[in-house]
Amino acid sequence: MSFRGSDWILLSPELVLTSAGLLLMMMSVSFGKAKEEFLGFVGILSVVATGVALALAAMQPGRAQPALGGMFVLDNFALFFKLLILLSLILTILASVRFVGAAPYPGGEYYALLLFAGVGMLFMVSGANLASIYVALELMALSSYILAGYFKGERKSTEAALKYFILGAFSSGVLLYGISLVYGQTGKLGLADVAQLFASAERSNLTMLGILLILAGLLFKVAAVPFHVWVPDVYEGAPTPITAFFSVGPKLASYAILARIFYVAFPKFAADWGLIVALVAAATMILGNVSALLQTNVKRMLAYSSIAHAGYALLGVLGFSNPFGIWGILVYLLAYLLMNFGVFGLVIFLESHGYAAETVSDFNGLARRNMPAAIVMLLFLLSLAGIPPTAGFIGKYYLFTAAMKAGYAWLAVLAVLMSAVSLFYYFRIAAAMFFSEGDGAKLSGSYALTAAVAICAVGTLAVGVAPEPVLAILRHCVPLS
Amino acid sequence: MQFLTDIHILSLVAYIPLAGALWIVFLVPREKSGAIKAIATGVAVLDFVVSLPLWFAFDRGHDGYQFVEKASWIPSLGVEYHFGIDGISLVLLLLTTLMGVIAVVCSYTAIGERQKEYYVLLLLLQTFMIGTFCCLDFFLFYVFWEIMLVPMYFLIGVWGGERRLYAAIKFFLYTLAGSVLMLLGIIALYFANTTGFLAFKGLGNAPTFSIEKLTAVAAGLPADLQIWLFFAFFLGFAIKVPMFPFHTWLPDAHTEAPTAGSVILAAVLLKMGTYGFVRFSLPMFPEAVKTDWVVSLMVALAIVGIVYGAMVTLVQKDMKKLIAYSSVSHLGFVMLGIFAVNMAGIQGAVLQMINHGISTGALFLLVGIVYERRHTRLIAEYGGLARQMPIYATYFMVMALSSMGLPLLNGFIGEFSILQGAFAKSFWWALFAGTGIILGAAYLLWLYQRVFFGELSNPANAKLPDLSLREQLTLAPLVILALWIGLYPRPLFDVLRLPSEKIVAAVGGRTATAPAMAAGAPPALQEPSR
Repeated sequence: MSFRGSDWILLSPELVLTSAGLLLMMMSVSFGKAKEEFLGFVGILSVVATGVALALAAMQPGRAQPALGGMFVLDNFALFFKLLILLSLILTILASVRFVGAAPYPGGEYYALLLFAGVGMLFMVSGANLASIYVALELMALSSYILAGYFKGERKSTEAALKYFILGAFSSGVLLYGISLVYGQTGKLGLADVAQLFASAERSNLTMLGILLILAGLLFKVAAVPFHVWVPDVYEGAPTPITAFFSVGPKLASYAILARIFYVAFPKFAADWGLIVALVAAATMILGNVSALLQTNVKRMLAYSSIAHAGYALLGVLGFSNPFGIWGILVYLLAYLLMNFGVFGLVIFLESHGYAAETVSDFNGLARRNMPAAIVMLLFLLSLAGIPPTAGFIGKYYLFTAAMKAGYAWLAVLAVLMSAVSLFYYFRIAAAMFFSEGDGAKLSGSYALTAAVAICAVGTLAVGVAPEPVLAILRHCVPLS
Repeated sequence: MQFLTDIHILSLVAYIPLAGALWIVFLVPREKSGAIKAIATGVAVLDFVVSLPLWFAFDRGHDGYQFVEKASWIPSLGVEYHFGIDGISLVLLLLTTLMGVIAVVCSYTAIGERQKEYYVLLLLLQTFMIGTFCCLDFFLFYVFWEIMLVPMYFLIGVWGGERRLYAAIKFFLYTLAGSVLMLLGIIALYFANTTGFLAFKGLGNAPTFSIEKLTAVAAGLPADLQIWLFFAFFLGFAIKVPMFPFHTWLPDAHTEAPTAGSVILAAVLLKMGTYGFVRFSLPMFPEAVKTDWVVSLMVALAIVGIVYGAMVTLVQKDMKKLIAYSSVSHLGFVMLGIFAVNMAGIQGAVLQMINHGISTGALFLLVGIVYERRHTRLIAEYGGLARQMPIYATYFMVMALSSMGLPLLNGFIGEFSILQGAFAKSFWWALFAGTGIILGAAYLLWLYQRVFFGELSNPANAKLPDLSLREQLTLAPLVILALWIGLYPRPLFDVLRLPSEKIVAAVGGRTATAPAMAAGAPPALQEPSR
């Protein structure tokens, strides 16, 4: 195992973020509750510093070569995901500042855990070895379990954390078992090595079982049917900024490893796992959308909507034989990050005014109380439903394209019809905002939250109207190394 | 003409309403309802005036798109910002800009609350509709086609009648469900042109969404693939038209929408569907359109729409709903003309699209006018209005006659031309469709009789004021157009001739026009060109 000096530079983003998390832990001891907003500010600064480190690492020549003895790779695919992850961290912190300040729990650990989860995700998307991927995944997952239960005095939050932990640990076990089976077959853990050995290997039941278990473990993380049952409870119970984070951050990273493992290590058996992924995608889209139709609680509805979106994104994993698959995953997850976080931002906005944002009727008359907020919310809803000219449309366009190109025309038909169905529940919120009368009080949000929502709104519209800059980057993200 | 192209006339026409909408949003406070109305009216009139030179500068002898604008938009996908019009889009474009003015002016008193949002949405809708008719790039077309639903959803949902929520979401979902399948059709074409999909080997060309290029590509595809794609597009367009059995959203949306919304829906939005058939389905999938069972199915649905629509219209008790259902019947005629696929049929269909916009738009205006005075649309509530509102009764008479296809008015020319085209294909088509005309006369005359003749029995109607000058101003242009098209339709046929020939030729029909054409008689009055 070789370790070059330049590897440190490639690792610098993760190192910066880890140090910042530790620093925040220490600061939280010496800071009182009153000065917690400053900790949030430090959190944002550390994410920005991580971004600078990432820029330095990106300029490193030969960075796309595997580093750390083949454990770690910083190709363009990973780079793109790291940017998305940093963006999701910044948005989460911005949305949390007032929220954490108002909660009777220490804020330092909150931000630190968030950053640790971020470190795990950064390592995940760079993982080129099943072992390093697994360890990074656990770092992310363990931080997430604690974050879900951050409101330790509240029953719902604790319940969410416990459910998340038990099911998460179980799925990690499944994933690990799958990895061990693959390792037993090949004697290798590096994705490229595994692919090389599989290329000349016969298809055996044991191999298939290993791949299936890995797939199942990862499908749990992206919340695909039938591994989705934890999602509504966890989303409903966790503190809302954390729910917003869960709905985008860990999903991004899980999709990254799902794509990387199956594209790099198991292309040989694409015909086998492709059909399973197609069926899972179909079930996920149907169940997510149909269940969302029945919800009256907004957070649960958004939870089911995020399950449905996980189903759409699986179309990208299917687009194996064509670059549209990877492109679709990348651009769709970018769009999803912006629009889904935006929607949760509005939910937090209402919560900070004492509306629980539990039911759709909490959105009643938002157009009269704060017209810009209502218009921005409408933009996010349109984007989630895939109406042009929004980021969501561009993302879905790529995914539908990938499915068509990969020969899953029936799945593409199902996907477009389901996205028409989704409009029905998204527009229940739109109807409440614009058609119903609410109480007359004007609402305004905190600066930090407004900034987060504004970033999402500008991004959603910009990617929809002028997607070319983003699409031009995508072209450099394929193939994966 | 070059000058108009140089100043990007089409973009100008498309985005003037958008600019007006932004002006109102950012610079006019919501309390100043007078200023908002004035700006909205000014912008709509300006837009109409700017669009008028297109009619005069349009080169009728030039076969192809004119006033073309082209710029790169999303090079990664081959998407271009590409505008241009031919004769068919020209007339629909002008209809849209005219209806835009009328929709704004007819709303002054009808819309009492949230006026700022209302006029902003009307202007936005205007931009999106114009954009749809000008697009020569499929991606751009799809963007306009979808986004158009959003302002209409809010127009119905906020300012509509009692069941507005239901009607608004039904309208949105129906049309959306159809158009997403069209999106898959577009993606399939994209791959057919480039790298292929499923079992089909692509042509290996550079990626493009150009409507002209993809039309040529589609027309060369194998017949079975064409039929699949035809139906992918069919659902998108048929729901919008709406064709039987996809019409159930229409009575709800029309009835619940505010007057201006109904006018725009009838005059322009429904035309998007028929425009789609003429512009895309026919030239792109000639093999499908030549397949017997496909044509039979289309014509059967069209004829069922004509007859069933008319019969349901007969029994309506609500004036607005009556006119809404009559649209199903009228649009059935348009579809029949389109699938006759000959010169008389296609020209008649496009003409009838305009005619339907004029007469049904005017009828919705007229119903809106009494609704504003009485807040009821039930026919039973009226009777004997001719004594109390003679001017109103006259306008209503003219437009009802135009809608039922009386000679000397516009409806006659269109229906005659369509029947002629249908007759050239099959006697039976024309016969069944003809019954629709008879039923049409029945429901309109019966409506007229019940509302206007007899004693003024309901005391609530005794004090109704007749039309104001503003109301007359919204109706007069439509009456003039109806008379003009009825008496001298030749300029319209001139504009429509080349594009129609192109479409008929693409599907392999005969385009030869009879010699009488040169002598100046409208083709509708000539021998069928078989």
